[in-house]
Amino acid sequence: MDLSYTDAEKAFREEVRTFLAEKLPAELSDKIKGGKELGKADVKRWHAILNDQDWLAPNWPKKFGGAEWNAVQRHIFEEEAAAHHAPRTVPFGLAMLAPVLQKFGSQEQNDYWLPRILSGEDWWCQGYSEPGAGSDLASLKTTAVKDGDHYIVNGQKTWTTLGQHANMIFCLVRTDKDVKQQEGISFLLIDMDTPGIEVRPIVLLDGGAEVNEVWFTDVKVPVENLVGEENKGWTYAKYLLTHERTNIAGVGFSQAGLTAVKRIAKSEMAGGKPLIENAHFAARVAQVEIDLMAMSTTNLRIVSKAAAGGAPGVEASMLKVKGTIIRQEINDLARRAAGVYAMPFASEAIEGSNEALPDPLAAGPVAAQYFNNRKLSIFGGSNEIQREIIAKTTLRGAQ
Amino acid sequence: MNFDLTEERQMLQDTLRRFLRDRYDTATRNKILESDSGISTEIWNSLAELGVIGALFTEDQGGFGGKGFDIAVVFEELGRAGVVEPFMETGVLAGGLIADLGNDDQQAHIEEIIAGTLQLAFAHGEPISRYDLTRVATTATAKGDDMVLSGRKAVVLNAEAADMLVVSARESGDVNDADGISLFLVPKDAKGLTVQGYALLAGGRAAEVTLDDVTVPTSARLGKAGKASAPIEARIAAATVAQVAETLGAMDTAAALTREYLLTRKQFGRPIGTFQALAHRMSDMLIEMEQARSAVINAAGHLESDRKTREKQVSAAKNLMGRVGRLIAEDSIQMHGGIAMTQEYELAHIAKRIVMADHRFGDTDHHLERFIALSVA
Repeated sequence: MDLSYTDAEKAFREEVRTFLAEKLPAELSDKIKGGKELGKADVKRWHAILNDQDWLAPNWPKKFGGAEWNAVQRHIFEEEAAAHHAPRTVPFGLAMLAPVLQKFGSQEQNDYWLPRILSGEDWWCQGYSEPGAGSDLASLKTTAVKDGDHYIVNGQKTWTTLGQHANMIFCLVRTDKDVKQQEGISFLLIDMDTPGIEVRPIVLLDGGAEVNEVWFTDVKVPVENLVGEENKGWTYAKYLLTHERTNIAGVGFSQAGLTAVKRIAKSEMAGGKPLIENAHFAARVAQVEIDLMAMSTTNLRIVSKAAAGGAPGVEASMLKVKGTIIRQEINDLARRAAGVYAMPFASEAIEGSNEALPDPLAAGPVAAQYFNNRKLSIFGGSNEIQREIIAKTTLRGAQ
Repeated sequence: MNFDLTEERQMLQDTLRRFLRDRYDTATRNKILESDSGISTEIWNSLAELGVIGALFTEDQGGFGGKGFDIAVVFEELGRAGVVEPFMETGVLAGGLIADLGNDDQQAHIEEIIAGTLQLAFAHGEPISRYDLTRVATTATAKGDDMVLSGRKAVVLNAEAADMLVVSARESGDVNDADGISLFLVPKDAKGLTVQGYALLAGGRAAEVTLDDVTVPTSARLGKAGKASAPIEARIAAATVAQVAETLGAMDTAAALTREYLLTRKQFGRPIGTFQALAHRMSDMLIEMEQARSAVINAAGHLESDRKTREKQVSAAKNLMGRVGRLIAEDSIQMHGGIAMTQEYELAHIAKRIVMADHRFGDTDHHLERFIALSVA
């Protein structure tokens, strides 16, 4: 047991700091600092900068063009990125599709799709959830029927994050209705420009339109876009969900969020003194900070174990639950800190809002973020589903 | 003791509930939210005709209510339907101050207020004041027969739509002295008064109001010079009763929507309400709802009590509603899942009303500290 960083790790941190200081555009970090949402061009710009450094895909093996960082390196990068207000990368292609392709895809698929993810040629979105299939994802009803060299896809996906920017979608579709639910699902890659696809934005409670409904009507998909074997999609999806969950603790988000809370509480006055000096508020902040310090180490312990070969299972679920509780608590603190200035409708989706907002709103759209991040405990397997996974494992003998 | 509503209040509740159920559905409200003014004149006028504003004033003042329980009955129904029209601003805050303090000329406005033909705003809080009621830096300086007002007021609800503003300003003393604060009735079109408006997350609109040497006659003063602190505190107490009652109504809606969803939404082949993890959370919500209802009754029932009793009950209620409100809003959203995150689903707006109520008249922490201070005093 040794909690100190090695010389190599310290050098790596310096390298990350130098990179961020030199290469992170101020326009992007200002937006992150002000709680603004990034546009498509912003994301593509940051992806390209990281890609030039070969750091866009920290988890990928080097043979696919990834950085192949270990857990500590990723942790260091996360910390520094948060401290410098660097944007997050969009995970759908990089962290969600790519691991499945690398594990289950064909050589041709990897050769074709992976470089396009890195270059930004393709913007992927995820077609999993359906109106009737949320926590019970395996009950999905979108069908794909084989017809010669094609599948014909019909159905509806929902909660498709940033689908409005995407040109490709990876989908779970039903290819066999006559077997157990989980055994009739396949994993398909679909070009969003194919006739029969319609994307409709969903307006969320914070005013943002980051998620969409995607409708499929007789959409023709070439059979070579099937990943792995037909009817094995559920296995691949579960593998992907595990990958989705290794980053879900969101330590970097929480660290950045806590910094923002302190910044607001230093400028907001309460009883004639900065709010941060109010014992009650300071105690709330300290409580979350203590939790976050411990969770950061939990995260490192679990991710290190996974890197050493142990697949993250129950531990990933634990990280998801605790990580989202902490992030949501920080969002709640930011809302409290802003006081009456939490009330204006400052949506993070409103880029360069046309209404001139009062200057204390430099606090950013804290209430909008509070509401938006209620999603954290709902998506990627709700926290109830995660607790169910943990309970089923530890109480197996009771059933 | 008797916990039943009087016959008159029961009738008012039934009338309001029926009207709002028929006329104020999610789609209608979402259109109002998206409109430039952020409020519906039609709804405002109809509710005024039904007596919503009249119920907020005593018989002496020309109304037919004005007690804590009258205010609570009205606002619980407004909250249940997620009404965004500014009855709080015109009817309770600014209108109430005119009724409490106004001379005969000023009281003459109450008839228009009750009829719904006058819109008002209360410009009191400032960028540095957060939730402190006595922290007033805006100044009022005598100049001949006039008073000159200068300063900035923060997040003034309904300021754009208002015909007149009740503005607090300091005639003497330091920035946090209780003594020295006066109130003035200022026409919205007064020279030097600027209103920078914006929409609010939970509906309606507010503004930053800047007073740059705004000159009003001394007769525009509402109540005694420098003695407005106590009346402001009492008015804010009434407004807080209105606010907690509104939140209670909204929480009732959130709980009802959640119950309905748990009964009808099926996952894994059964209604999700049959999963114990959700069923117990629903039970906890209902337990806390009863606590909330009692806290509102305590505050409303003590609005006419002596200052210390009243303020302790008000702070207790606001603190409890802040805590329970967060639980109800967050758990309702969580148990619904993604659907509750969409603006077209009723719960989205209701949850925002519940949570953002914590940011008016002092939040959970502010009232906890205030309760402690009132308890040891």
